[in-house]
Order: sequence, then structure tokens, then C-alpha cells
Amino acid sequence: MEPNIRARQELERLEVVAGNGLLNRRAFLRGGAAFAAAVTGYTVAGSAAAEPLKDDPWSLEMGAVTPPLQTPSRFEKHVVRTLSNPNNELRNSHARTPHHLLNGTITPNSMHFSINHSGLPDIDPAKHRLVIHGMVRQPLVFTVESLLRYPMESRMAFVECSGNSAPMFSNQPVQATAQALHGLVSCSEWTGVRLSTLLDEAGIDPKAKWVIAEGADSLALHRSVPMKKALDDAMVGLYQNGERLMPGNGYPMRLLLPGYQGNMNVKFLRRLKLTEGPAMSYYEGKIYSQLLPDGKAYRFHFLQEVKSFITHPSFGLKMNGPGYYEISGIAYSGNGRISRVMVSADGGKTWAQAALQEPVHSKAFARFRAPWRWNGGPAVLQSRAWDEAGNAQPTRAEFVAVRGETKKPVTNLLSFPNQHYNSITSWGIASDGEIKHVYA
Amino acid sequence: MCTLKPSVALVLALAFGSGAALAQTPRLGKPISEADIKAWDIAVMPDGTGLPPGSGTATQGARVFAEKCSGCHGEGGKGSPLAPAPLFGGAPLTSGIETPKTIGNFFGYSTIVFDFVRRAMPFSQPRTLTGDEVYAATAYLLWLNKIIGENDVMDAKTLPQVKMPNRDGFIIRFPDKI
Ligand code: HEC
Repeated sequence: MEPNIRARQELERLEVVAGNGLLNRRAFLRGGAAFAAAVTGYTVAGSAAAEPLKDDPWSLEMGAVTPPLQTPSRFEKHVVRTLSNPNNELRNSHARTPHHLLNGTITPNSMHFSINHSGLPDIDPAKHRLVIHGMVRQPLVFTVESLLRYPMESRMAFVECSGNSAPMFSNQPVQATAQALHGLVSCSEWTGVRLSTLLDEAGIDPKAKWVIAEGADSLALHRSVPMKKALDDAMVGLYQNGERLMPGNGYPMRLLLPGYQGNMNVKFLRRLKLTEGPAMSYYEGKIYSQLLPDGKAYRFHFLQEVKSFITHPSFGLKMNGPGYYEISGIAYSGNGRISRVMVSADGGKTWAQAALQEPVHSKAFARFRAPWRWNGGPAVLQSRAWDEAGNAQPTRAEFVAVRGETKKPVTNLLSFPNQHYNSITSWGIASDGEIKHVYA
Repeated sequence: MCTLKPSVALVLALAFGSGAALAQTPRLGKPISEADIKAWDIAVMPDGTGLPPGSGTATQGARVFAEKCSGCHGEGGKGSPLAPAPLFGGAPLTSGIETPKTIGNFFGYSTIVFDFVRRAMPFSQPRTLTGDEVYAATAYLLWLNKIIGENDVMDAKTLPQVKMPNRDGFIIRFPDKI
């Protein structure tokens, strides 16, 4: 039998495990090569009548120079971060990661999200210093060069602004891509020196309970970090995905607090002061304390809690007619590893377990995938994640009951009506293939 | 790695505790005195620790503000296209989860205002204000928010005693993480 026909017959036989065509997560793994070929490119080609192959011009000539620093193909120029302040006006700037155009679990450095409250400082690493002082035996100052000689460790970690997904607080679903909604989270392999190593060297006064971390940016942004976290898995990060930090991610060094609010991962790190109490800085006392429906506010939220969202398909992408698709997305938790992701194609009525890309790292992106046979009818896609500590990503109803939503629809996608949104994202698919952001 | 038998290595590790790990680091931190850190040591704590010498009143602050702040924050702090959010007023916090937070309706400590102005303002020329100017500008902002009187003197002693309207409006989200 022709491989293509056999593959298609196999597809028809696949086990449907939840409503609206969700298939067993192991279906694709079992199918074999012929099967994989048949589903590549989202849809199974009906006619399969390919044109005869010939050499294109680029196959017949010497190509371009191999550059010292490579950049993506010119055909990928649309895959960029979106900017909130492209003219660098005197205020903060945000650059959001294009999740709907990326795949895997690592965010390329050029596309890691970045928020700068007063632009990008142009720091000369030869002059940069990190000082540790306050409640220590001996205040110490480190050069970048000296830190590069310390024993290092590498770890995967997502960093998420606690204002990520803020448009989801809108009482009406905002029509926007995964980039606009969820672009303030990214994931890298970070390499650096354990913070505890450096604090130990300075000699920690047992009465010290907090570390105030401060940057070398013009606002000297500072945040208070509990000593518990500082001695647990905190790192002074020097490398990001193998190369030195990007300026927008804190060059020449940043604090890395895996799973904690992005803003606490102080960039351009220049000072660590050990204290008994927290500083109650502007960013912890105002910006990153979020208002609750009863008028009280959460302080020291720290944790970026368990969350997931579907990147493919999602708003801004196109469906190519009924057939087989891979639903794929990102899940992560500040509490540890993702243990399970469920997906639904019928707005949460029935669920199928998604496959998790191995290895699943603690406090890092986990890529989930689920095979789906779209019958061409209306569908609502959702994902829901659980972490190894047993926390479940809340449904929208559960989340809104505790945290509330805006009174009027959010119209400015760059605004932050509130913080720490981690509920479910729903993509509604219409019969004509149009994808909308919906609440379900 | 070392050639010690696992049991011997374990005993050594236990005997040295975390000190064993410490000994392996190159110890390249250079001692520095707190006096030499002073220029960077600018954080003001809620109890007033870290406040510099100096003083100021709202009346004095109005002049500082008109000269160095209103270009971005608008006349009397009412906001301008450069920094739109007003520096005073604000709806009750029960008006909805998107209620804009201000010094008057949200800030839990007066030191937050002082600290932020001192480290970050004027936005285009941070850390150029004198101690007196920061106290005066802070007093002006507290007066605009009807928290202190026009001639109340703000200094290292009085500022931390100012009780902010929303001081008790906070819930620690994860007390076990502290
Ligand atoms: C060049 C424009 C500019 C000037 C001049 C300026 N500011 Fe600001 N100010 C800003 C911006 C922008 C922010 C918002 C910072 C942020 O959110 O990261 C801000 C924030 C503030 C805030 C925090 C307000 C809040 O409720 O969150 C205070 C207080 C403040 N400025 C006081 C001052 C004072 C006092 C001066 C004069 C000494 C001053 N500013 C001068 C641009 C300016």
C-alpha cells in the first residue's frame, strides 16, 4: 500500500480520548515515520500530487558570507519582540516574546522578554562592581572578572513579570496574540555563581532575614529578597543560554531567583545589603503589590504560580482547514516541575492529557503537546497545568472569584490593571478557521 | 575527582559542614569599608533607617516641585503627557481591582516616597537633589495628599512617624516564604 494512504488510514483509527477530536497523546509517537510525514505541516494534503522537483537558484551558486554573529533568516524577520516604547521616551519599556511564533522550551536570547524602567544602561563590565554589605562579618566587593572565576552552575529557569497576562483581568476577552497577552515570560538556561557562596564568603549575621538587591540602572531599582530564598536556589547570573547576559536581561550580572516575580530578579546587580527587615521599596510597596476586590492588597507575592497557555494554534495563526493538528503550548510553575497538563477542545467539558517534552525541569518551561483532529466545527481550546507540589492552575471562574476582574473591558493592551494572573487561556475556533480569544 | 572511598568522603563532608564547600571557592571578594559604600547605600527603610540629614516643608517643596518636577508631573502634580498619573488623590481602593494606586490611597509608608524621589527623581537627573530638597519634595507630595500640614517639618525623625492612610491595607501573600 502507498505509505501516504496507509498513514491516513492510521489517522482515522486513532483513539479519541476527549470531546471534539482530542486524541491520545501517544498517538503521534506510535504512528511511525510514514505517519509523521503525513501530518507534517499541520494538514494532511488531500491530493499529494506534488510538482516535479528541480534545483532552485540558491542550490546552484556559492552562498553568502558566514558571519561572526548569526541572525535568523530574512524570511523570519517578522519573528520579533513587540515594543511598548520604541522611541525610548522618558519612561519604562517592555519587549514581549513572540510565543506564537516559537517552539520548544528555550527562549532565544534575542527574543527574551525585557522590561526596563529607565532604558538600558550601557555598563562597562571592567568598571562594574558587586558589593555585599550590611549584616555581614566583612563587607566585600567583587569585580565581574573575579566572579567569572567562581565555581558555576547552570540551570533552566523561566523569568516572568508578575504583570504578565495582565490584559486577562479584563471583564471581556481582549483580542490579542499569545505574545501580547503572555509575552512577559521567557525561559533560558542561566549560568552563574550560587548567591549563598558569595554571602557565605562575606559571613552572614544569623539575625539577617532579608537581602536588599539593587541595580546599577538610573533608578537604582531595588527589591527585598527573603534570606530563605537567597540561601535556597538564588544565583548571580552571568550567562544566558551559553553567552553572556543580554543588556536587556541584566548585563553584566543579574540576580536569578527561580520562580519568583521577574522584578525581584534584579538586573545590572550592583549591591546586596543584608538586613533584618524589608526595604518596602517603591516596586514592592506599590507596583508589585496587587489590589484585591475588597480593597486590601497582597504584599510579597513572590511566587509565579502554576500556569499554562496554548501557543499553537492561537490568535494570529491560521487554521488550514479540517484535519490533524498538534496543539502545543507552554506550562511552568514557580513551585517546581510541571507534573501534568490537560487540554480540552470543548471549552473545558472534557479533557485529555497532553504529552510533556522530556526532560521537565523545575521552575522552567515545559512544552506540552496533544494531537487533535479538528472536524471543522466550532471548538474552544484550553490547557490546564498542575505542578509537582500539587497546585492546579485555577479555572477562570475560580480565579475571578478570588482576584476579581475589571469593571470595564481593557482597551490598552500595554496597561496593567492588576498583577499575577495565572488562570486558563481559551482560544475559540470558528468553522471558518478564525481563532479568537474567548472566556469559557 | 578525589580518590577517597565514599564513606571517608562522607565523614569529611560532615565534619566540615558548609565550610568544606566554602573552602573550594577562590575567595576573590575584596574587603571594603561601609564608608566606601556610602554613595550607593541609599535605601531608606520603613522605620527611617538610612534617612540622610536635612529637612523640608510642603511650602518649600512646592518651589522644588515647580522647578524640578512639574515639567513631567504637571503643575501641582496633576500629571502631564510625560508622566500622566496624578501624584495625589485616587479613588477608594474598593472601587475595583484596576483602581490606580497613589501615594494617598495606597502607599503603606511615607519612606517609599522619600526613597523613590531620592534614588530615581528627577527621572532624567536622578540623585541630584540635596537632602533638604528630597525632604521638601516629599513633604509637598504628602501635603498634596492631605496627609500632613503645609508647614509640618519633615526630617529623619518626623518622616517615619507619618501614618499613611493605607498602612494596614496589606496582606502578606506567602508568610511562610519569609
Ligand atoms: C523627566 C520626567 C520626570 C521628572 C522631571 C520627574 N519625574 Fe517623577 N516620574 C517620572 C516617571 C516617568 C515616573 C514613573 C516611574 C516608573 O513607573 O517607573 C515618575 C514617578 C514618580 C513618582 C512615583 C509616583 C507614583 O505614585 O507611583 C514620584 C513620587 C515622583 N515621580 C516624584 C518626582 C519628583 C518629586 C520630581 C522632582 C524632584 C520628579 N518626580 C521629577 C518622570 C519624571
